Amino acid sequence: MIERPGEYSLRAPAAAHHDHGHEHGESEATSTTVFGFWVYLMSDCVLFGTLFAVYAVLAPNTAGGPTPGELFELPFVLTETFLLLFSSVTFGYGMLAARAGRRRATLLWLAVTFAFGAGFLGMELHEFGKFVAEGAGPQRSAFLSGFFGLVGTHGIHVAAGLAWIVAMMAQVVLYGFEEAVLRRLMCLSLFWHFLDVVWICVFTIVYLLGVLNHA
Amino acid sequence: MFGKLTLDAIPFHDPIIMGAGAGVMLGGLALAALVTRLGRWRWLWTEYITSVDHKKIGIMYIVLALVMLLRGFADAVMMRTHQMIAVGENTGYLPPEHYDQVFTAHGVIMIFFVAMPFVAGLTNLIVPLQIGARDVAYPFLNSLSFWLTASGAALVNVSLVVGEFAKTGWAAYPPLSGIAYSPDVGVDYYIWSLQIAGLGSLLTGVNFFVTILRMRAPGMKLMEMPIFTWSALCTNVLIIAAFPILTVTLALLGMDRYLDAHFFTNDLGGSQMMYVNLFWAWGHPEVYILILPAFGIFSEVTATFSEKRLFGYRFMVWALVGITVLSFVVWLHHFFTMGAGANVNAFFGISTMFIAIPTGVKVFNWLFTMYRGRLHFTPPLLWTIGFIVTFAIGGMTGVLLAMPGADFVLHNSLFLVAHFHNVIIGGALFGYLAGLNYWFPKAFGFTLDERLGKASFWCWLVGFYIAFMPLYALGLMGMTRRLNHIADPAWQPWLIAASVGTAIIGLGVVLTVVQLVVSIRNRAQRLDLTGDPWNGRTLEWSMASPPPFYNFARIPEVYGIDSWNASKARGEQISPPADYADIHMPRNTAVGFVISGFLTAFGFAMVWHIWWLAIAGALGAVASFVWRAFDRDVDYMVPAAEVRRIEEAHLVRAGGEAR
Amino acid sequence: MHDDTPTARTAHDSQASHGSVGSYTLGFALSALLTVAAFALVMRPVLSRELTLAAIVILAVVQIVVQMYYFLHLDRRSERWNFISLYFTILIVAILVGGSLWIMSHLAHDVMGMGIEG
Repeated sequence: MIERPGEYSLRAPAAAHHDHGHEHGESEATSTTVFGFWVYLMSDCVLFGTLFAVYAVLAPNTAGGPTPGELFELPFVLTETFLLLFSSVTFGYGMLAARAGRRRATLLWLAVTFAFGAGFLGMELHEFGKFVAEGAGPQRSAFLSGFFGLVGTHGIHVAAGLAWIVAMMAQVVLYGFEEAVLRRLMCLSLFWHFLDVVWICVFTIVYLLGVLNHA
Repeated sequence: MFGKLTLDAIPFHDPIIMGAGAGVMLGGLALAALVTRLGRWRWLWTEYITSVDHKKIGIMYIVLALVMLLRGFADAVMMRTHQMIAVGENTGYLPPEHYDQVFTAHGVIMIFFVAMPFVAGLTNLIVPLQIGARDVAYPFLNSLSFWLTASGAALVNVSLVVGEFAKTGWAAYPPLSGIAYSPDVGVDYYIWSLQIAGLGSLLTGVNFFVTILRMRAPGMKLMEMPIFTWSALCTNVLIIAAFPILTVTLALLGMDRYLDAHFFTNDLGGSQMMYVNLFWAWGHPEVYILILPAFGIFSEVTATFSEKRLFGYRFMVWALVGITVLSFVVWLHHFFTMGAGANVNAFFGISTMFIAIPTGVKVFNWLFTMYRGRLHFTPPLLWTIGFIVTFAIGGMTGVLLAMPGADFVLHNSLFLVAHFHNVIIGGALFGYLAGLNYWFPKAFGFTLDERLGKASFWCWLVGFYIAFMPLYALGLMGMTRRLNHIADPAWQPWLIAASVGTAIIGLGVVLTVVQLVVSIRNRAQRLDLTGDPWNGRTLEWSMASPPPFYNFARIPEVYGIDSWNASKARGEQISPPADYADIHMPRNTAVGFVISGFLTAFGFAMVWHIWWLAIAGALGAVASFVWRAFDRDVDYMVPAAEVRRIEEAHLVRAGGEAR
Repeated sequence: MHDDTPTARTAHDSQASHGSVGSYTLGFALSALLTVAAFALVMRPVLSRELTLAAIVILAVVQIVVQMYYFLHLDRRSERWNFISLYFTILIVAILVGGSLWIMSHLAHDVMGMGIEG
């Protein structure tokens, strides 16, 4: 049962490393933070898991109101999905640029990521607004409460991610790629890709299965 | 401007509430006056409020827990005395709407603001020392966690005077807790205080999970960690995996109340049983979040005061891990009577009986550790022995309740109330008090008075049995919980007995306070200069008491279980290191305190629908956090010369003691 | 103004372990393909309803694995505790979702008016 502290969170240690105190190399501080952020994401997984459980239990209870099949427009949602997917890969390019120490390229990719993410959020808000205008707000039925609760929570996460991207662009401008900035970019990277993984589940369970079951 | 808040929110007409409120305020003023007279404000601010030192944060958690214990205990006294007299013609002295708040507040306070801070406090104080670390993984988040917990506690206490607390019972089941049946602010206080404190708990969970996995001294393998650290690891896994469920559940209840959503309402497809289902999916792991650290404490205490290595260390660890996983598959036993049918009830009944097995393993481990040991009957060991007997009884009544058939009769009766007090007082709280007595000298450098500690223990133990055994009988006689008025006069003698028991426990509470006061006053005679007053076995006893702020001048190398004991056996206890190095430490920060202040304002504003203040509070909290992210002056170096000075002073004192 | 220092870069492994333009692009292409496939199966059904359901769930699981590998860089070189925490989380979520559905569906059968629309 020996496990050793690693160099970077998701990687096995590059070399055996025995020093745990505060005076150890900076890279270990980074690895500890990124690992801690991973653990936080695991708790976020449970948070979304709970929302999925609620949605799955309540989705049949449309209370005479609109059903998923009537409400959802899959082509619209597919566009949303692709915006988020684009933002995931552009963030990845941004991380590569950051690791290579290319400041302008990093800022550019972060800006592109922000634009895709904001586009996704805008479309989601548009969809929410349309539902509410049609009388299909969270007040209408347990199904719609569950829908807004789950998809809205994902949306709030995306909004937080957008704010975080702005903050990180400011830090890259101000401080360059010093240890703490890179470390935060790594955490943000995990966060952003994690949100895309959650969206796969939303897309499949809420939208695709919703239309399939109520077509 | 002030939302729903008007002067009518303050119940001027109620002498009990006003008296309590005045008492709290006078107490606060007296404390403030004392701090002013001693000229200690600056000290309080720099040494505690802004501290990121895990030891200081641990002490603040424990102080919070003890203060809230007094509040929760006062609620208990009110309930017991009210039920004792509210029989027949007599309606007692608490009107129903007040009585309902009292039992709700009692449960919420004892679980969230006594037990949780006590667990977090002992974990903070001891775990980094036991694993040979200089601090936790994220010292700033640690400070933030504490202040979030304090913020939640503050909101609960504000509800005493401004408005009211929930009248729903501590689990706040809808539809009663929904807006239709609880239009007042009580449930909102409940939601926001638990959300804010819950965020603190979650951050603590992540922090300690990473600390234990990443910051152990070189050589300390997982299977060589002190058992309290193991119990803390399992506890924090449970926090990480369970608290998000509570967060979501309360958020959805909030959506029902604020946005007219229909998650848990009676109409439009909502399902109140889904709330119950989710609440206990968190609630059962929560039970183990409270008890596992106590198991860890008992294990340390038993080994130390038996002068023996813990019997069956590996079994103990695997029992902890087994409980951690099993605790997620038993939650339905809290609502067998919901009507889920035979298959579901049978599955959860059997799984509940299974979880008793690892717990039973532990009891035998403690007994075999004591067997042929050289026992020292100090207060911590007395608490442990009292626990083993009491907890065994509580465990057995739990197995009774695990049978769905029996549960249909006993559900929501005083039998249940007796059972969970049996395991939470006789298990968790006894453990925390054992830990308090055991580790107090480590935190402050002097021991607690043993005579008063023993007297307090006996009052608690005897009082517990007199207070709660009658409740088992009453439950079997058919008395349900939370009754404001007693219909059957035959129950009264038992209730009087329970009140007598409560009075004896009260004496135990008073004696605990007296023990602390007397020990602090006589601290000059009670000094422990060695840092190792009990002949301890684990690393926290290898350093001065109180430990220097950087804990370890040199990070120790660890070989095997009970490494400090092994070092002493090799005669290495007082060996100054050959050289000292600079130590890298985090700076104090007020940001955690400030964020929590903003969030307290936010929570209060949400309760009263004061939207501008809610927005300001939320923005303030976020802005403070971002400000912190842009602050790059967060750490500093302690020069080696300074370390040498502190360490040599300790060696001189400890050496003098040894001679 | 601190610029990128060599230490800040060398501290974090070699480039290869953090992916490359190629690996990110491949991950994106696979994800896009899997998304479109699931979308198409629902929009233009060629399978029975049950098979479609099974297919889109499998496609989602595959896409999660793809993104975990190419975007989150979770692979054989990752640290053990990342996997342990992930597996534990999956277990808890499975218990929570599966258990809730099981319990609540039982309730819907046994108790009148529960879980039924209205």
